[in-house]
Amino acid sequence: MSHAPTLNPDYVDEAGRPIFHPVEEPHHPEGHSTMLGFWMYLMSDCLIFAILFAVYAVLGGNYAAGPAPKDLFDLPLVAVNTSMLLFSSITYGFAMLAMYRNKVAQTQAWLAITGLFGLCFLGIELYEFAHMIHLGATPQRSGFLSAFFILVGTHGLHVTFGIIWLVTLMIQVGQKGLIQANKRRLMCLSLFWHFLDVIWIGVFTFVYLFGMLR
Amino acid sequence: MSAEAHNEHAVDHHHDHHGDDHDHGTYKGYLIGFGLSVVLTAIPFWLVMAGVLAPQLTGLIITAFAVVQIVVHMIFFLHMNHRSEGGWNMLALIFTLVIVVIAVAGSVWVMYHLNTNMMPVHDMQVMG
Repeated sequence: MSHAPTLNPDYVDEAGRPIFHPVEEPHHPEGHSTMLGFWMYLMSDCLIFAILFAVYAVLGGNYAAGPAPKDLFDLPLVAVNTSMLLFSSITYGFAMLAMYRNKVAQTQAWLAITGLFGLCFLGIELYEFAHMIHLGATPQRSGFLSAFFILVGTHGLHVTFGIIWLVTLMIQVGQKGLIQANKRRLMCLSLFWHFLDVIWIGVFTFVYLFGMLR
Repeated sequence: MSAEAHNEHAVDHHHDHHGDDHDHGTYKGYLIGFGLSVVLTAIPFWLVMAGVLAPQLTGLIITAFAVVQIVVHMIFFLHMNHRSEGGWNMLALIFTLVIVVIAVAGSVWVMYHLNTNMMPVHDMQVMG
């Protein structure tokens, strides 16, 4: 053994012997594990979407003599929607870069632009849903439509809450500035927002594009 | 430019050195990720809308493009690497991917066989 194992000073008594049951929790800086914890949440959210994708993969072909993807999907509109989410991803990235340079106004401006792109995405998605429901393609119509609305709707719901979170953080940054806690929150929302774009890659590929290939 | 960027980075780390060793990303990184994503999105849409290839081949290609784009987002937007959070991010991601593959592939596999093995009309014809 060339390296003796080094003991964490928090777990050693005065005589240098290891303490196996510390009486008190050693001090951790506030929020030091937040990013890892938030990543764990995203991974569990990933499993929710995995199950919904599996449901869609199983039920996506059950039209019950109702409308099929080819009758309902409008690919140019989906392409516009995809670009809205992609634009919002890069503008959130710019907000983060402004945040690291402690530029409050710039951060707020990029966050606002991100929120607007997010709203455009939601608006287009809701228009698409309304159009489908108007044609009689409701979630109750067939297994395909149930699976479609639950998968795409869950993603849309995530984007909705992302926008609410974004506005909340803009207010907090406006009141307290770019303090450490606000930076940490913005970093969590950054992961959340980019994660939703990753899920959307799966949605536009396996729901919309594959739907048109069927 | 590069020295300035380096300075900002140093100042930044001075401000929040509470175990905050996250990869921040740069303008260049975000723009590369964005450019790649645009290309990796445009080609699948074009392939399907123009219908230039056979559906099965198109399906294979757009699946490959989706996988590549997810990796691009992970690297350039989510700043994933094997070092972040002492490797726990990557470990959690790999574990999640294993579960996702089992859940999705398993569901599709089981339900496909269930559908093909329970075709009542076909069975009746054989029996009759």
